[in-house]
Amino acid sequence: MTAIPETVPSVNTYRAGPDEDGHFGPYGGRYVAETLMPLILEVEKAYRKIQDDPCFHAELKHYLAHYVGRPSPLYFAERLTEYLGGARIYFKRDELNHTGAHKINNCVGQILLARMMGKTRIIAETGAGQHGVATATVCALFNLPCTVYMGETDIARQQPNVFRMKLLGAEVKPVTSGSRTLKDAMNEALRDWVANVDNTYYLIGTVAGPHPYPAMVRDFQSVIGQEVRAQMMEAEGRPPDSLVACIGGGSNAMGLFHPFLDDPDITMHAVEAAGHGLDSGKHAASLTGGRPGVLHGNKTYLLQDHDGQIVEAHSISAGLDYPGIGPEHAWLFDTGRVRYVSITDAEALDAFQLCAKMEGIIPALEPAHALAHVIRIAGDLPREHLLVMNMCGRGDKDIFTVARALGVEI
Amino acid sequence: MESRIDRRFEALRAEGRGGLITFVTAGDPDLETSFRLISSLPQAGADLIELGMPFSDPMADGPSIQAANLRALKAGTTLSKTLDLVRRFRERDNETPIVLMGYFNPIHTYGVDRFLRDAKAVGVDGLIIVDLPPEEDRELCLPALAAGMRFIRLATPTTDDRRLPVVLSNTNGFLYFVAIAGVTGTRSATEETVAAAVARLRRHTGLPIAVGFGVKTPENAAMIVRFADAAVVGSAIVDRIAAGLAQNGRPQPEMVDEVLGFVGTLAAAVRATPRQAA
Repeated sequence: MTAIPETVPSVNTYRAGPDEDGHFGPYGGRYVAETLMPLILEVEKAYRKIQDDPCFHAELKHYLAHYVGRPSPLYFAERLTEYLGGARIYFKRDELNHTGAHKINNCVGQILLARMMGKTRIIAETGAGQHGVATATVCALFNLPCTVYMGETDIARQQPNVFRMKLLGAEVKPVTSGSRTLKDAMNEALRDWVANVDNTYYLIGTVAGPHPYPAMVRDFQSVIGQEVRAQMMEAEGRPPDSLVACIGGGSNAMGLFHPFLDDPDITMHAVEAAGHGLDSGKHAASLTGGRPGVLHGNKTYLLQDHDGQIVEAHSISAGLDYPGIGPEHAWLFDTGRVRYVSITDAEALDAFQLCAKMEGIIPALEPAHALAHVIRIAGDLPREHLLVMNMCGRGDKDIFTVARALGVEI
Repeated sequence: MESRIDRRFEALRAEGRGGLITFVTAGDPDLETSFRLISSLPQAGADLIELGMPFSDPMADGPSIQAANLRALKAGTTLSKTLDLVRRFRERDNETPIVLMGYFNPIHTYGVDRFLRDAKAVGVDGLIIVDLPPEEDRELCLPALAAGMRFIRLATPTTDDRRLPVVLSNTNGFLYFVAIAGVTGTRSATEETVAAAVARLRRHTGLPIAVGFGVKTPENAAMIVRFADAAVVGSAIVDRIAAGLAQNGRPQPEMVDEVLGFVGTLAAAVRATPRQAA
């Protein structure tokens, strides 16, 4: 007699992906040069190994608690809530992490993995410099040489972070090819990796790139959403009603959303950068303004022309200035599970200033996009509605950009 | 289905010599100059032409070929125009194999079925797509093979004996050995490395083996064909295109002849080299 399985695997979940080849629906995968394939497979094998390794997770937990400062608070933004007159607004304060953004969560996880794999050199790409700083930080902590690729355009607008990386002992390599921003930095990091396969680990900063990076980075960032669930239970006795996060590559949003994807009553909003506006052609909204294609090792939505050439993204926020998006977001967009919206430079600047004056928090320009969307929707939501926005980075790095945009000389 | 690629490698074997594969980017520095150059390559001694399909983000390429991609795009080259170059080439030459090399995204945008139909119609013989490893064969490799197109794989120094059978599945035409772990146009491999690598690959496949990446001089090319069935020269040719451009990016009158002259020296060296017994 054939045994009948006790439980039929549910297809009714948004949390099962990726499949074993790294696909989220039609997106994701491993679109890399053959030279890199053995390395990618090695990273995947190592990542599978640590998933159920209590020693690894104990060590990760130790560094997240004592070095990063987790859990980050879930803060009720009382004045903003009162001002907007609708939903109860909570900030997940990931800007209070060591190095000032959520990026460090992933870096601690991956550096422990790289050490376990016996890698002796770390490379990374960075846009705003937050991931570069976080990578340089964990490399200093574990005494590993670190090379960070950064586009010349980004170097010019993120000088404080460039200096931070150098203080932390990293080598910052300016990238002069293409649009000289994050996408070109990622190309250059991949070129470095191809040429230094023996000893080098590529520490990718977002939920993009070849499998297993999108899943791995998401998992390391999921601590954000896991904490939110527990903290909201404590604060309000029930889970949140909606979640809001900005997306460039999409790591802070995946980290917040993923633990809640199968809670059908929770609405999720991901906010892309609309730059000068979606019709201007100068934006970074890959989902709402792009179409599927293949770049940087994965299939996903991309900003591209009619010939399949990648076009430059634009956003006042260097961290959102990327013409692609993590493949899991592409899939969540197609399935409609997450609502993808966009916010312009001008709207983000307004939110940035409002937040500083009203809550005494200077947000990074990235979460200022999320906040602008919160400002747009909160007033129309009922007063018992619980909204959590990921305050994924602090704005110290952006004060020069903002001053310039406001016509102030400092 | 017989292919110009198979016929050419058979002919080389009959002649008892290795072949020269030349790489240039389609539309570099502009479509007309590129056409003049490509159509004269066989006469200059190229046995097989590898034509780069320009892409904005060529992440496996070094500075020389990156710059060539940007020049070609700036000159208005698209995938359609690349195919048109091949069509015009075929009006004069129905023997020299043409392999398109590049990245998947422009083909994805063009549409795989439409691309294969059009490429076949204009006389493209094979494809080398850098960012499609065997894990993604469903995208283009399997449809290409079904359409009678040769789908050429890259084997690299990181392709160990366990990985090699995967790389050698769903492929034909020839095997392209990337001689160094790195991007195009940087370091060169040593003779010992090439000899050992080609010998190892031959234990796994009967396909002709071409070796490229870092092959810069007639001497390099000659060394390669002592062991392999063909040498691929790309960046060194592209560098000579770049060197022949005026300040304003327009080609100087003697540029095409100088590039063809260099190809001639490569071909002479390759043809003068006796094969080692395979």
